[in-house]
Amino acid sequence: MTDELLRTEGLTRHFRLGGLLGRHTLHAVDDVNLAIGRREIVALVGESGSGKSTIARLLAMVYKPTAGEIYFENRPLSSLSSRSDQLEYRGNVPMVFQDPYSSINPAYRVSHGLIRGMKLHRPDLDHQRRTEEAERVLNAVGLVPADVVLAKFPYEMSGGQRQRVGFAQALAYRPKLILADEPVSMLDVSIRIGLLNVMSDLREREGVSILYITHDIASARYVADRVVVMYAGYVVEQGPTEEVLQRPQHPYTQLLLSAVPDPKAPVAVSGSSDASEPPKVIDPGEGCRFRPRCPYAVDECAIATPRLRPMRSGHLAACHVAVPEVSFTTPLAPTTPAGEPAAPPPPAGAEAAW
Amino acid sequence: MSVPLRDAGGAGANGPVVDDEILEVRQLSVAYATDAGLVMAVDKVDLDLRRGEFLGVVGESGCGKSTLLFGIAQLLSPPARIVGGSVKFRGNEIAGLSDKELRPIRWREYSVVMQSAMNALNPVKTVAAQMRDVCKAHSNMSDREITERSQEVLRLVSIDPIHLNSYPHQLSGGMRQRAMIAMALLFTPDLVIMDEPTSALDVVAQRSLMVQIKELQQRFGFAVIFVTHDMSLISNFSDRLAVMYAGQIAELGKTRQLFESPLHPYTQGLLEAFPSIRGPRTHLLGIPGQPPDLAKPPPGCRFAPRCPQVMPKCLTIAPPMYEVQDDLVRCLLHDGSQTGSPVALNIPAPAHAGRLREDFPASSPAGPPDPISR
Repeated sequence: MTDELLRTEGLTRHFRLGGLLGRHTLHAVDDVNLAIGRREIVALVGESGSGKSTIARLLAMVYKPTAGEIYFENRPLSSLSSRSDQLEYRGNVPMVFQDPYSSINPAYRVSHGLIRGMKLHRPDLDHQRRTEEAERVLNAVGLVPADVVLAKFPYEMSGGQRQRVGFAQALAYRPKLILADEPVSMLDVSIRIGLLNVMSDLREREGVSILYITHDIASARYVADRVVVMYAGYVVEQGPTEEVLQRPQHPYTQLLLSAVPDPKAPVAVSGSSDASEPPKVIDPGEGCRFRPRCPYAVDECAIATPRLRPMRSGHLAACHVAVPEVSFTTPLAPTTPAGEPAAPPPPAGAEAAW
Repeated sequence: MSVPLRDAGGAGANGPVVDDEILEVRQLSVAYATDAGLVMAVDKVDLDLRRGEFLGVVGESGCGKSTLLFGIAQLLSPPARIVGGSVKFRGNEIAGLSDKELRPIRWREYSVVMQSAMNALNPVKTVAAQMRDVCKAHSNMSDREITERSQEVLRLVSIDPIHLNSYPHQLSGGMRQRAMIAMALLFTPDLVIMDEPTSALDVVAQRSLMVQIKELQQRFGFAVIFVTHDMSLISNFSDRLAVMYAGQIAELGKTRQLFESPLHPYTQGLLEAFPSIRGPRTHLLGIPGQPPDLAKPPPGCRFAPRCPQVMPKCLTIAPPMYEVQDDLVRCLLHDGSQTGSPVALNIPAPAHAGRLREDFPASSPAGPPDPISR
């Protein structure tokens, strides 16, 4: 990455369960090293409960990290103690929420949310300039005519339009990074693409970076430059989008990709269905958290937690079995337990194993 | 006169093809009473379902797909009600029957799997207790038989019978949904109606549930109506697909054919709205605009305001269903008068193109000009 905007080092967030005397700990996010460059769209992909949203909240300073540090433009967030510093950071890194029906105040017009945010984060603007700016950001997200939209109430708008208002609000602060937490998952399929295109446009025209959190890996491929795959609090694989998606190294990424419905694929209803339990994130202990579901698991997986290792330049995966930095014809050593058919080389034909 | 839909799609590949219809929906209309008058959420829908067939119903939110399901399953509650048409289940009219009259066939002959298992299951009762409720209400099985049957159906969906004593909150999302399906199979019905059973699940659990549903369907030969907003999800599972738009069926045909050569511009738009995971990365447009307000639907084709191939006549004529190559499509592009139309596609002007199907009359009460005469 040439120009880094934000990075995390060993970012960890645990939640203690069961009140004051609770002895159980939920490991929501463990040891995450994430970097986002300027004008970059990074997709954070994972199933529900994998810690994606916790990372968004850590980055938005909603939660404090249990351990680790977040650096924004090389400044640690823990050093932002004054209110003005924190306010500035929040203006730089706003969030867009999942549910456009509950994240916009229904009692006020669209202009209210936009102008109020600007009063707080951009006090240098006068009334006239604020209105101009509000119209500009509405145009930027494709809500036209802007002066009419400004006077609308949320109930007068569809879900897609509301979510555009969410992006316009974030944009009004002149942000450097937008944290978009599942921004399209509540929208209809036919509307989603429009919003994904808005995200690409914002990057192109406004130069913002976007952390796009999603469980839909196909949409991640559509907009993102890099993909970070999470499983049970850990990053299991990350790298340039095409590289990760075309040559997935971690068994979980392979499972995820094989599960994506593909209308163009031939009809194949295989007999095996993965009916496994969700991962254990409460007092998980050492070892790979994907182990119980993994067809390639070896003894080592139960002993040591795999760390991200380079599999190729810029492409990292956390798996004991995946072979680092070798030719991609045999990314996974066929060290499957006896009795199981030898694992086929997963790239391209990854579905076969599932 | 009713012409049965020929060839129930891929049903033949999945087991014994018994050539009889178990569901016949004719001109079904469901309306919601609102302050602004009646809103027709389902507008004169015709649908046939054969034994063992897997029918997908797709559409955007608000297109009436769930209302259609509830109309078929006789689960509508005010302000929604059936205002016209008939629902024949195994030859018997069930629209308008009272709860008491429906009781012998509910669960036993057809069952419904609801969208959100967390809301559909009773949170303060164990799975076993809920299954017992169903069995007690619809049969005179003994307690032992009930327990045995409950264990059996849980095993069918790969849940350890030990979970009979679990409460819904102790199960994961996927397991809850599978428990719902297990309940629906308690009496091995002929028809299982599913309303977005996978929408709350992540993609891996979704896939495994779909495979499981398909396996059970092949094994027991029940028919499935599967409602979803995600067209790609059922692409590999359904025999036929009905695409709904604004309360009407826009296109109905074999799944494969519909994916390979969609006829309706809306279906084409829906198919182009999915980013692909494997093909080339291309810029997609989705479908601009939003569905019409059903309280005052557009006078002509309901998709006309968003249609990239709209013609002047689309704004005034409400298109009827045309039969094109075994598919039914509600679009004037296929009325037979279009030579060299933008979507002439690879259809070599079939002899029957443009023939108005007798059982799919024009839906507009205004009485559009007969397409044949033009």
